[in-house]
Amino acid sequence: MEIIVCIKQVPDTADIKIDPKTNTLIREGVPSIINPFDTYAIEEGVRLKEKYQGKVTVISMGPPQVEDALREAISLGVDEGVLLSDRAFAGADTLATSYTLAEGIKKIGKFDLIICGKQAMDGDTAQVGPGIAEKLNIPHVTYVKKIEEIKDDYVQVERLMEEGYEVIRMPLPALITVVKEINEPRMPSLKGKLKAKNAQIITWSAKDLEAEEDRIGLQGSPTQVIKIFTPQPRGKGETIEGTPPEQAAKLVEKLRETKIV
Amino acid sequence: MTDTTDSTAQTDNGESMIEIKITDKCTGCEKCIPSCPYGAIEVIDKKAIIKDNCTLCGACVGSCPFKAIELTKKEVKMAGLDKYKGVWVFAEQRNGRIQSVVYELLGKGRKLADQLKVELSAVLLGEKINKEAQELISHGADKVYLVDHEKLKDFRDDSYADVLVDLVSEYKPEIILAGATSIGRSLIPKVATRLETGLTADCTGLDIDKEKNILLQTRPAFGGNIMATIICPNHRPQMATVRHKVMKEAPFDENRKGGEIIRIEVDPKRIPLRTEVIKMVERMEETVLLEEADIIVSGGRGLGAPENFKIIEELAKTLGGAVGASRATVDAGWIPYAHQVGQTGKTVCPKIYIACGISGQIQHLAGMQSSDIIVVINKDPEAPIFNVATYGIVGDLFEVMPALIKKFKEVLGR
Repeated sequence: MEIIVCIKQVPDTADIKIDPKTNTLIREGVPSIINPFDTYAIEEGVRLKEKYQGKVTVISMGPPQVEDALREAISLGVDEGVLLSDRAFAGADTLATSYTLAEGIKKIGKFDLIICGKQAMDGDTAQVGPGIAEKLNIPHVTYVKKIEEIKDDYVQVERLMEEGYEVIRMPLPALITVVKEINEPRMPSLKGKLKAKNAQIITWSAKDLEAEEDRIGLQGSPTQVIKIFTPQPRGKGETIEGTPPEQAAKLVEKLRETKIV
Repeated sequence: MTDTTDSTAQTDNGESMIEIKITDKCTGCEKCIPSCPYGAIEVIDKKAIIKDNCTLCGACVGSCPFKAIELTKKEVKMAGLDKYKGVWVFAEQRNGRIQSVVYELLGKGRKLADQLKVELSAVLLGEKINKEAQELISHGADKVYLVDHEKLKDFRDDSYADVLVDLVSEYKPEIILAGATSIGRSLIPKVATRLETGLTADCTGLDIDKEKNILLQTRPAFGGNIMATIICPNHRPQMATVRHKVMKEAPFDENRKGGEIIRIEVDPKRIPLRTEVIKMVERMEETVLLEEADIIVSGGRGLGAPENFKIIEELAKTLGGAVGASRATVDAGWIPYAHQVGQTGKTVCPKIYIACGISGQIQHLAGMQSSDIIVVINKDPEAPIFNVATYGIVGDLFEVMPALIKKFKEVLGR
């Protein structure tokens, strides 16, 4: 079974602090990590390999330092890392990213299943997974919480919905995006760490992919960010004092005033 | 030119297509530094320098009081841009019922359409859904494109995408809005990718740029720590998914005149069904769904034990709200993942969010800090969650919550 896992390197937003004076993000010294949802995608890929044999390849688009994320994935059991890196990829929105990753996957060649995390935690769009599937003309299922079974020509998964979950079967090759519930990612092994250190990361440029220049990077991105601002800080809250019954009574009164309750 | 620093993307023949440049006008005032979400600008020797991690997003351009930052891009306008007219709302239905987010989109869509002086239409796919089509007109739609077919009864990415893409190609709307639901966030990226147009996810603000007549799409990023306004100037349709509970629902007017239902026939052979739904397993719960709730009562590690979630459930039930949970309680197996609020769970923005025994790590705040009113009950006055509280109660939740439940039951007569 040939599995491809798509990952993104993101700033660790848990470490992001707001400068109280300027009310902006302090990004100095914020470490980069593998997008948390992608760690579940990696784990699921490695588990499938352990069960069905085959190979797991991890792919990412980004600047050269993304190599660290790919090596980390290898330390977790992934076989090979592919980095799509080129100045010409910079400024890509989800459409250009989907195109670029799909071109990279085409160049890798054979695959049965592509696994992505539900969304990246810096952008939170959840658009690239379905976008890649569309570009490759394969079916996809988002929000997968369990892979029930994989046979030669189909995969059956559980898809998390608002009101419960759906059991869906689709033919392979296919793409899934996964949620946290799907597994518990392992820690890297010592052997894995060694392997990661010595692994050769394959790096492809726009030229290597023979990518169309109007479809990559900023040029291939229909959307443009025109403004970035910090949301209005929440006003200073009100502390409700008193004994518990008094506190409860005051709070009920305040919430009743809003007419929501 | 020796004084300029730049970051460029070059084509094979060396011609630069996009370029960000800091010109001589730069005074080193540092105003641009906070505008960059990637920390890619530095001032060295009173001159701004753009570093390699610049993604060419352009957020810095407007921040410079001296107009010293220039971002140039070869403008590629899609052909026939002007032929695209009108605002569309994807009328998501489940089991034949229109989802409430659709009415919120019609509320906002009506305003956008009026500003643009165009029609507001809804697109409804399903089976035996005539009555629902009328419902959409009563909520402000001028037209409803109705595709009624047994193969469209339930949502499938493939079939819905094919039908929607065909409709867009035929009728050419300039804007398409859909709910940022589990269906919308799966279907709409597929549609936008096939149409090769822009899509902005999870918008919390939509407006029209009156000069250019284009859609201004505002959304949170980096876990709600920053907001970004995004446009799609040269491609159509301009597409956005919109968060639930942010826009105001369109008013209902049963006697609203002038709406038109346009029935679209589809060739069933054109409806592919690669994916097959084997079954749907509904959650067995008595409380409201997290995504739909106006009020969410959420529990954290302060509850001490899984069985104490019944306190949270009781207040939620009393208020007609939903039950949320912190990551710690989900990881400990106290409550299913579907209830998790936060970065690796769900992002919610109810009218009232009541956090009990939740310390408020940044990952949790990312999932709920845009709620209208936040009530915090925690015994630790230093808990970071108090920083986002509208109303804070420092106290033992096992004393405060029962008192609160009792009082609410009393005033609500429940």
